[in-house]
Amino acid sequence: MSTIEHDAVIERPESEVSGLGRLHELVTTVDHKRLGLMYIGSALLFFVVAGLQAAVIRLQLAVPNAGIVPPQVFNRLMTVHGTSMVFLFGMPILTGFFNYLVPLMIGARDLAFPRLNAFGFWLWLFGSCLLYYSYVGGEGLYGAGSAPDVGWFAYAPLTERPFSPGNGTDYWILCILLTSVGSTATAINLIASIVGMRCPGMTLRKMPVLVWLALIWSSMILVALSPLSAAQVMLLLDRFLGAHFFDTQAGGSAVLWQHFFWIFGHPEVYILVIPGFAFASEIIPVFSRKVIFGYEVMVAATCAIGFISVSVWAHHMFSVGMTPAGNVFFATSTMLVGVPTGIKIFNWLATIWGGKLRFRTPMLFCLGFLFQFLIAGLTGIMLAVVPFDWQLTDTYFVVAHFHYVLIGGLAFTIFGAIYYWFPKATGRMLSETLGLWHFWLFLIGFHLTFDTLHFAGMLGMPRRIYTYQPGRGLEAYNLVASIGVLFQAAGVLVLVINVIRSLRSGAPAGDDPWDAWTLEWSTSSPPPEYNFATVPVVQSRRPLWDAKHPEDPDWRYE
Amino acid sequence: MKRAIFLAPFLAGTVQALANDWGMGEANSKIERANIFRPLSTPAHEISTLAVFVLAVTTVIFVIVSGLLTYSVVRFRSRRGDDGSEPPQVYGSGPVEFAWTAVPVLIVFVLILTTARSIYTVQAARRPPQAVGVRVVGHQWWWEFQYPELGIVTANELHVPVSDPPGSTPTFLELESADVAHSFWVPRLAGKTDLIPNKTNVTWIDPQEPGVFLGQCAEFCGTQHALMLLRVVVHPRDEWDRWVSAQRKPAAGDPSVANGRRVFESTACVSCHAVRGSGAVGRFGPDLTHLMSRETLAAGAALNTPENLKAWIRDPAAIKPGALMPAMNLDARDLDDLVAYLVTLG
Amino acid sequence: MSTTEAWEIPSRGRMAMLGLIVTESAFFAIFVVAYLFYIGKSLSGPTPRDVLEPPIGGSIALLSSSITVALAVRALRGGRVRAFRAWWLTTLALGLAFLIGTAREWERLIARGVTIRTNLFGTTYYALVGLHAAHVTIGLILISLVLAFALRGYVAAPEAERTELLSWYWHFVDGVWVVVFTTVYVIGR
Repeated sequence: MSTIEHDAVIERPESEVSGLGRLHELVTTVDHKRLGLMYIGSALLFFVVAGLQAAVIRLQLAVPNAGIVPPQVFNRLMTVHGTSMVFLFGMPILTGFFNYLVPLMIGARDLAFPRLNAFGFWLWLFGSCLLYYSYVGGEGLYGAGSAPDVGWFAYAPLTERPFSPGNGTDYWILCILLTSVGSTATAINLIASIVGMRCPGMTLRKMPVLVWLALIWSSMILVALSPLSAAQVMLLLDRFLGAHFFDTQAGGSAVLWQHFFWIFGHPEVYILVIPGFAFASEIIPVFSRKVIFGYEVMVAATCAIGFISVSVWAHHMFSVGMTPAGNVFFATSTMLVGVPTGIKIFNWLATIWGGKLRFRTPMLFCLGFLFQFLIAGLTGIMLAVVPFDWQLTDTYFVVAHFHYVLIGGLAFTIFGAIYYWFPKATGRMLSETLGLWHFWLFLIGFHLTFDTLHFAGMLGMPRRIYTYQPGRGLEAYNLVASIGVLFQAAGVLVLVINVIRSLRSGAPAGDDPWDAWTLEWSTSSPPPEYNFATVPVVQSRRPLWDAKHPEDPDWRYE
Repeated sequence: MKRAIFLAPFLAGTVQALANDWGMGEANSKIERANIFRPLSTPAHEISTLAVFVLAVTTVIFVIVSGLLTYSVVRFRSRRGDDGSEPPQVYGSGPVEFAWTAVPVLIVFVLILTTARSIYTVQAARRPPQAVGVRVVGHQWWWEFQYPELGIVTANELHVPVSDPPGSTPTFLELESADVAHSFWVPRLAGKTDLIPNKTNVTWIDPQEPGVFLGQCAEFCGTQHALMLLRVVVHPRDEWDRWVSAQRKPAAGDPSVANGRRVFESTACVSCHAVRGSGAVGRFGPDLTHLMSRETLAAGAALNTPENLKAWIRDPAAIKPGALMPAMNLDARDLDDLVAYLVTLG
Repeated sequence: MSTTEAWEIPSRGRMAMLGLIVTESAFFAIFVVAYLFYIGKSLSGPTPRDVLEPPIGGSIALLSSSITVALAVRALRGGRVRAFRAWWLTTLALGLAFLIGTAREWERLIARGVTIRTNLFGTTYYALVGLHAAHVTIGLILISLVLAFALRGYVAAPEAERTELLSWYWHFVDGVWVVVFTTVYVIGR
């Protein structure tokens, strides 16, 4: 057992730093806030790039038999789009937010291992660059390759040398290995920080919901990412040393890869969406002016999701010919995971109930999240019904379903989180008017694109096809879906303009613009390098509520 | 990359590609569209019934929960002239939490029971002795159909007898792969079952009406996954018998196309294609013994007409970029002779 | 609860090492599953029964190094730096002995024509045993580093917690060997 150390703190003057000096500071920094913002910034960059790839994909599919991109280019686009959105946008932006917020919320001055944190970031960044470097470096000995074109879950044996010459797949493997190691480093760091760096008084039961979810999130990363790394190492051995793990010619199993991939892949879905839950659990109470309903149940439900989610992976594989008993098992576990998820939705609903709702941009995005995540959950139940899944799997219905989870669920809460914490990180407010434009444009675009794609799937359109023939009744759905992209792109453009404008001339935010309750709002905006001049002491989950309402503090009820 | 710079030929190429669907747009529009809610075979029917039930349950849940959400968003919005005080803080409630845990658990229980019943109905079906057996082998990017009991090998168009109630003749399919993973999917007849190398899967269909049904590969299998199309032709019984006896015959030997046959047998064609009754025994490409009995070419990429056949042999990549068949670089006369020979393979 | 003096929370170092061990366990688990899955599925020989001999000596060396490393940490806690150095050096030697044993085994197998390319047995065997050997190697490098510091007199009682954390990693590597041994030489043979 160790006690909290009160380090001496020196403030450096931040003006008068040249451009090169600033770059040097970025490269050498170990400050969790700066690294957090670097994660978020680079992740948003990849988000825009991968979004543009999606736009080309939708352009190609807008009309049947289009020739915008040849099949080889299309397959690379969809592989790099999927990999980028999961490993180069989703994971790092969440890492970034947790990096920034967790120490502030637990009243600490940094993460437990600041240098490990920087190491994780740079590993991730260079790993990410490898994926895009494959466009020029993937040719391989015979000039046969380019970027990877095997799909983001890269089913064996399509990834074996005979079917995937060149080095594209190798860059894909290395990118994922490195970014996974980076994520694991961050997860270990967060766990150590949350368990061992809380400020006095913050017992486990008094941690903000976001911190609890960050703890669960990190634990899930530990057990979910290493199976992926293991499988990638095996594939690398196959491709470079001639091993036979997934080489079906030598008796290897193609299905084993699928198992290994989804043992990672399904917890990964929750790893991506649990931070969304975390953001919603901070934002919805503040803008409803009510304490979160059922704190213990919220945390317990997330733990349950974490545990159940490691036993659902084969619901991605209902069509590979498992036994009926196996199918029933994975259908059961998959449907059961819907129960704690439902509980969470009900608790958010109960938090809103009886409140005084303020419809500022962060809250609007979270309300959008609630409706869309409800639909995503229900289509998820449909996919868990195995026979129904035999029809729906690998079609645009699945594409629409997981974009509902990851855009309708996760991206909406991320946008909400950006509007909510931007004032804290920069000291300036984002424009509320532009925020409304962003919200409505993106909402309309999202529904145009992904509502319609459900129907395309039910009418026989498989995913990952670079074209489809006319006369099969798919034209209208695809055209509408592609038009939706224009709205989504316009929405993201408004966000970019909003951020740039606010950085230059946004209204000053003050320490606590939203009248919120967690510790990060008790320090200045942006927080000083040492976060808190004196290490705070807390008595409840909402220390700022206690301070603002000394007559009716929270700790009386907890 | 380079194409994007020179915009004009790029656009021209696009328009040309749009214009030429090799006759498939018109052919498709004559066939009833695929739709998982218009089943014509027991597995698809079982699924469709279950799906409607699940849709009903989820719709009810959606209406209730989204209704509550909408109500609370409207009802509890902060109003003009509010005194700025905080609303009452409610920390939680055991009974309420229990209620909204118990109800979903019950719903899940019902769904699991119905799901399990359907799984067994489809997966545990026994193969009756009168069933037609077909071995389906997935290739990059075409389908091989072998009828071991009938001695027939064909490609891309699966022919089966109708299986109407009095004497049901379902078709049982053994699914295998010669290279990577594929998935067999004909939405109106059955859900997907994957074709995986080193593994034999089984699925079955019993189409209850004659007709043509569209399907395609549903597992990403490489460059031309999109054009690994599939159609199932369901014959009335007498027509089925005629089809079988026609397919069992060796290839037609028309002496007037001997030149074309010589071209075929003296070039690389034979290393991939088979024509029963000739020297060609290749296995990498589709069996061509009764090529002209098929409606489409290149796994449904083009309508099977002599012109398209010629275009295909001249440059397969023009119809199906990335296809594994190489351009044969024949001179004009040899090409004409070869096509003349191939169109006799009825 | 408002008193700050009583505020004690778990050590971050221990949590981090625990986290590392959890994630490494998951990593090994996948390799073990692959090994078990492919037992008897090789399309051609040689089989494990033909070529594998259980490395009893190496195993005893590695497992006893767990005891010596624990004794070393206990000595350091008690401030007995000389005893610590002795036990630490013994640990290093035992680990090296294990590694040499593995190298000999591989040499023998390669001479008999079993490589990672030979068949599924070769693939899974070299991957799993090699992965473990890589972890032993990393452990030995870390142990050598600490030994170098210790010989220069930089390691004393205040460093007991850090050396203990390293010993956790070493115990983990030993524990994994028990699993690998059971998988490869008992079940797989």
